[in-house]
Amino acid sequence: MQPEIILQADKIGKYFYDPEKFRVLNDISFQVNRGEFVTLVGKSGSGKSTLLYILSTMDTDYDGLLTIQGERITGQQQQRLAALRNEKIGFVFQFHYLLPEFSCLRNVMIPALRLGKYSRKEIEERAYAKLKMLGLEDQALKLSAKLSGGQQQRVAIARALINDPLIIMGDEPTGNLDSKNTGIVFDILKDLAHHDQQTIVAVTHDNDFAQKSDRTIELQDGQVISTRKLY
Amino acid sequence: MAGTHRHNIDSEISITYITTSRKLTAVAALGVTIGIAIYIFMNSMAAGFSRKSDASIFKNVPHIRVYKDDEISTPLSPATHSGSLPLIVNPRVIPESQKIINPDQVLALLKQQPEVVIATPQVGVDVFYNSGRTQIAGVASGVEIAEADKMFSISETIVEGSIQALKNTPNGMLVGVGVASKMSVKTGDNITITSSRNVTKVMKVVGMFKTSNSNTDKTKSYININSARQLKQESPSYVSDIDVNVKDYDHAPAYSQQLSFLTGYKAEDWKAANETLVAAGRMRTIMINFISLSILLVAGFGIYNILNMTINQKINEIAILKAMGFQGRDVVRIFVQQAMLIGGVGIIFGLLCCSTMIFFLSRVYVGGDIGYFPITYEPEMYARGILFGLIVTFFAGYFPARKAANVDPVSIFRK
Repeated sequence: MQPEIILQADKIGKYFYDPEKFRVLNDISFQVNRGEFVTLVGKSGSGKSTLLYILSTMDTDYDGLLTIQGERITGQQQQRLAALRNEKIGFVFQFHYLLPEFSCLRNVMIPALRLGKYSRKEIEERAYAKLKMLGLEDQALKLSAKLSGGQQQRVAIARALINDPLIIMGDEPTGNLDSKNTGIVFDILKDLAHHDQQTIVAVTHDNDFAQKSDRTIELQDGQVISTRKLY
Repeated sequence: MAGTHRHNIDSEISITYITTSRKLTAVAALGVTIGIAIYIFMNSMAAGFSRKSDASIFKNVPHIRVYKDDEISTPLSPATHSGSLPLIVNPRVIPESQKIINPDQVLALLKQQPEVVIATPQVGVDVFYNSGRTQIAGVASGVEIAEADKMFSISETIVEGSIQALKNTPNGMLVGVGVASKMSVKTGDNITITSSRNVTKVMKVVGMFKTSNSNTDKTKSYININSARQLKQESPSYVSDIDVNVKDYDHAPAYSQQLSFLTGYKAEDWKAANETLVAAGRMRTIMINFISLSILLVAGFGIYNILNMTINQKINEIAILKAMGFQGRDVVRIFVQQAMLIGGVGIIFGLLCCSTMIFFLSRVYVGGDIGYFPITYEPEMYARGILFGLIVTFFAGYFPARKAANVDPVSIFRK
């Protein structure tokens, strides 16, 4: 069976203008299939985070063409992009960015309430199920600020998953975690990709993390030097 | 596609932000409370003052006075046809021009107008009150006393005798207390008066009045309109002025034009007759509006500051919300709603606060002919206070919210 192409980058290029004009990304082309766990690696300054933010639709200032699940993303209105992110993309960052005034459960519910696909009761049940899957059912009603770093990162993952997104994007998703929690988060992501057929694109500088993923795209000075890095 | 259920997540977030930072919210709301309370209070006070001062004007002046203005003869009458000569005369006031011709008809016409409440004829006479060798100059106002009382509330000022007595006595006279004391007369005594037409009449004092204006008390008297006609040596239908009161005295200038057009005589409204007083009142209103609005504006800055602070604190959360698909207008809604909730609470307490202040101040006795402090609950001022309060809080929320909506999430995540 032909694998479904979820994400396609075609000759993506980008300039930084400050302090002087500088080409950070140079004709980047690759594609990611459904259910793949792809990591983006490269030295600091290689452009990997810049690329991720373009792929995430938040950065719209680039050349080339980006397609997500066959839909042309390049040149879309901000409003459409926001709706698309809400529905199709889940984010996990190095920092959890939870809303400290809200309980874990409500933090997880926010993107689903925004989407409005389910009733409030259904959303609550789904959020609770996601927390349970990540082993946080006991923390559901606590304020997110009261949790440990590892737990907070798992709540953030639950929030990224609540709308069953097509793609989960991570920017150093384990960057702030100790090795035990890193292991837990990695296993969760891997399970999501292989078991639930969700696509994962994550930037990392952790070689172990990258090594264990399905595929690693390596960048150097704004160029892809390998789309299938071997260790 | 998405959107089959509508969840008000934006309000949920703004309400949570408010309930978790109660102290800041309370301080911002208190600012609005004080601003609104002072705004409504000061404006109600100004409205009370102007109503009081209007009322004191209307003790002497009708809303509209209809009279025949002096007419000056044209100095040049051009030749009417060839062969005749143009006529040149010195310009002068035409005699007999001061009377209203066929006053009954004019009066009936005025009374037919829907906005006219009272229309009553008047004949003013300049007189001397004679007492032995002393003569005091004054004005006798010839009126239909029952109608004049309705218009000028004369009975409120009567200290001796009654209105009814004047009606019953053809040569009766109500005199100001100042006139009475100078002439050393009391109710029941007779007074001799001489008019500017050199007619002398003996009048009977049937009552005395005391107004807030001592000059009026020292010169004015009310007599029956027929006595005034006799003093002026005029016919029994003679009328010099018609005083008109209308339903809404604020619209008197518009009506006066209409009445002037209708009757063909000059109709002068009270605002034109008392321009200085009206201008002073307008100045007072502007001043109070200006001061109270600035106080409200300061309250708005309180909300603005607190929202700005909140937004700076929560910039990361705003970034993640935008990453998760919240649109610029969602972010604006979150923070504008927060401002409006704070403002709403502030406005409600402000209304309570100023109502309390008005309640107590309206029970303060200040004396004179003012009596109790002239302040009442003014629905218009309440409405304006609420409206301006909402406008100020909206903008105090909108400007920081717009800033928040323009946050570029990428720049936050890359820090």
